[in-house]
Amino acid sequence: MAVSDFNVHYVADLARLALTAEEEQKFGAQLGQVLGYIEKLRQLDVSQVDPTAHAVPLVNVTRPDAVAESMNNDDALRNAPAQANGLFLVPKIVE
Amino acid sequence: MLHRLTVSELTAKLAQRQASAREATQACLDQIERVDPQIHAFLSYDRADALAQADAADAALASGSKHTERPLLGVPIALKDLLAVRGQPLGCASKILGGFVSPYDATVVEKLKAAGAVIFGRLNMDEFAMGSSTENSAFGATRNPWDTSRIPGGSSGGSAAAVAADECFATLGSDTGGSIRQPAALCGVVGLKPTYGRVSRYGLVAFASSLDQIGPFTKTVRDAALLLEVISGRDPRDSTSVPEPVPVYASALAEGGVKGMKLGLPKEYMVGGLDREVSSAVTAAVRQFEKLGAEITEISLPHTEYAVAVYYIVATAEASANLARFDGVRYGLRVDGPTPYDLYCRTRGAGFGAEVKRRIILGTYVLSSGYYDAYYLRAQKVRTLIRQDFLKAFEKVDLIVTPTSPTAAFKVGEKSDDPMQMYLSDIFTISCNLAGICGVSIPCGFTAQPKLPIGLQLLGKPFGEEALLKAAHAYEQATPWHRERVEFGF
Repeated sequence: MAVSDFNVHYVADLARLALTAEEEQKFGAQLGQVLGYIEKLRQLDVSQVDPTAHAVPLVNVTRPDAVAESMNNDDALRNAPAQANGLFLVPKIVE
Repeated sequence: MLHRLTVSELTAKLAQRQASAREATQACLDQIERVDPQIHAFLSYDRADALAQADAADAALASGSKHTERPLLGVPIALKDLLAVRGQPLGCASKILGGFVSPYDATVVEKLKAAGAVIFGRLNMDEFAMGSSTENSAFGATRNPWDTSRIPGGSSGGSAAAVAADECFATLGSDTGGSIRQPAALCGVVGLKPTYGRVSRYGLVAFASSLDQIGPFTKTVRDAALLLEVISGRDPRDSTSVPEPVPVYASALAEGGVKGMKLGLPKEYMVGGLDREVSSAVTAAVRQFEKLGAEITEISLPHTEYAVAVYYIVATAEASANLARFDGVRYGLRVDGPTPYDLYCRTRGAGFGAEVKRRIILGTYVLSSGYYDAYYLRAQKVRTLIRQDFLKAFEKVDLIVTPTSPTAAFKVGEKSDDPMQMYLSDIFTISCNLAGICGVSIPCGFTAQPKLPIGLQLLGKPFGEEALLKAAHAYEQATPWHRERVEFGF
């Protein structure tokens, strides 16, 4: 893949980030440089290597499926930007 | 002068009733008032709440509570602004959290409280822990106490500066690619990153979940051992925390020092870009270890040069997912729009700073359809090679010795508009997180003009904190660096 494929506007939209035209231009140039640097990983042959997602020496950590206390409604809503009837308020989603 | 004591010195005085927790807390508050206008380590603190906690500690001491049961009873400790303390603000030094107040305690905070600590103050940081200089805070940069025209390192710059400036006896920070060790080095204090899984991250705002660890900043290695013991252990609320028993770390310090230990010197770390004074301080430290009876071996970590590239794929990918929760719906800033889509985009566009936006974009890109295999999967494979380098090296040596940072503290503004140069300043600390091992930075000297601290990094095996602390303590006891304190001209 060529670094020139990198479209800041498109990726920022995927990430739900509104950028100004100035930000788009600046981040595009800066990230182009970072992506250029990252290209060095292509020098390595990794065809026989397994990926590492994390370094924790545990697998399949489970717990008993038991009912326990959780955060109460007041605490959960304490930081809400908008609320009504004990619920988070958001713009209309369904027409 | 209570504020200049170490944690161990303070608890001895508290136990003998030569000082009270209130006096110790007051001494910190006075020092903050005197020096923090220049340093800006603290984003906020609640004076009355801190003194009330101190009074409660004094009452407990008066009724016979002992430091053997509650090792931090009466000790003021401040926290990086990404750890949750019930009823205290939490902002990650970002505008997007608005006036967020934590509804619960982080596990490390529960543990500190159980140990009797006075928990006060929110410490400055790079926004969402993304940065190496604390210049990315939405509320202004922190300055290095040794030279206020310079950065303290980052991202836990406030945590390091507060300890260096004697504003607090110890602090906690977080380390994803060096965010504890690098600022500790640049501020001349001890900073420990525990092994991945050693400390619960419940109540830590996540940056890159496969890399993040919480750890202490202290004035001595002994204090670091004490704090690590308090905060370690398995927690059912963080399934990556391991059931491995927690050793009595402080008691390991007394046993035998580094005599007979094998220390590895990676040849890939003593190369171009390394400052001459840093290089000679580290070389002198290695000779000191030799004098103390350690055996020095040259080792190779052949994939070192790929670590920064792997890190900026893995860490940004994980960050782009973790930071999706900041959408203006349940907490923090909201910038309204006609549809939820507009609300998300506007809120995130207005709330996040430049570096956070850059990393979210990069992380989204490397995970996006068509690029996942080429970037993210490849980076995970190279991560395996980096981890194998360390595990192979640890078959031959007990610890690895390196510089913590290629240079001493740089000037405010010097790298702030050049992300790539900033990223490369973490070149010696990043591999430790990718490999999931433990590491510590300790003071190992000063540059001449201006006088700035230099840090030595020791890296240990997974869950090898005892050997790490033992060697660090032996070195510290044999050298004068940790006794050098900042003398403020203001």
